[in-house]
Amino acid sequence: MKLKAFKAAFPYTLPILTGFWFLGLAYGIYMSISGFPFTYPLVMSMVIFGGSLEFVAVEMLLSPFAPLAALTMAVLIQARHLFYGLSMLEKFKGMGLKKFYLIFGLCDETFSINYTADIPEGVDKGWFMFFVTLLNQIYWVSAATTGGLIGSHLPFDTEGLSFVMTAMFVVIFLEQWAKDKRHASAFIGLIAAIVCLLVFGSDSFMIPTMITVIALLTLLRRPFEKAEQEDKK
Amino acid sequence: MTLTQQIITIAMCVLGTMATRFLPFLIFRENKKAPEYINYLGRFLPSAVFSILVIYCLKDVSLLTGSHGIPEAIAIVITALVHFWRKNMLISIGAGTICYMILIHLL
Repeated sequence: MKLKAFKAAFPYTLPILTGFWFLGLAYGIYMSISGFPFTYPLVMSMVIFGGSLEFVAVEMLLSPFAPLAALTMAVLIQARHLFYGLSMLEKFKGMGLKKFYLIFGLCDETFSINYTADIPEGVDKGWFMFFVTLLNQIYWVSAATTGGLIGSHLPFDTEGLSFVMTAMFVVIFLEQWAKDKRHASAFIGLIAAIVCLLVFGSDSFMIPTMITVIALLTLLRRPFEKAEQEDKK
Repeated sequence: MTLTQQIITIAMCVLGTMATRFLPFLIFRENKKAPEYINYLGRFLPSAVFSILVIYCLKDVSLLTGSHGIPEAIAIVITALVHFWRKNMLISIGAGTICYMILIHLL
């Protein structure tokens, strides 16, 4: 039963393999050139298992100690996972102990497979989703650890390689921009972040930014939902 | 940061992540629907968060000193252009990063 589920799950994870190896390797190298031994990307990729936050966590570790800010950022960066969970409530029902691991490993890529895959008949759904989750995590952890190991031995000048994080968020931003019909929310984030950065400085602007954004979105809920309704017509 | 502080920081990241992944299963056990306000935030917050994260990456760029943020600006434009052209996340990220690594040596 497990072998059958594994064989069904593996092909679905292949597209993720490339993406995870590229970004995971970049993340491991980034940690390494930031002065951390390979054990850091190894442990962090295993226990956090959320790409964008792991990149941001490197910055956190290099900044002054601020646990509350770290927690707030983690929650807000990962907030979208709340909605993955909501979508998987039904699918994860009756999965027994596997359920804990399925929820633990519910990153963007794993969610997109487990949510959309047409699991063939006769294949155990629980084990299928388990192997998707496990394989994806193996790809990510192995890539991050390899990056951490080779980072300090690269045969070229790695100065500027940390830009990989900026480029990644720019691309995610563009993808989100293309999905949105209206961009008011993106502008609110942009302007709030720039204003708070100028007012509070680079070490402590994130919490004020997040508070401002949530406050503004809450205040503007009515006009935003109205605009949304009009777009649907 | 001391090792203990590093461990706490990483633990906070784990806690934040796992809170977002486990909460729906703890709260909405019996097919209950999420409150409308949460659904609203779910639709509008991600766009704002991704803008904030772009600014976060650029937080230590100084416009007044050094290279005035010019390499960052050019590399971001290149990343965006390549992304519009090829629509492939990995190619865009690779192109932008290599471009930046070259620029900081030239400028």
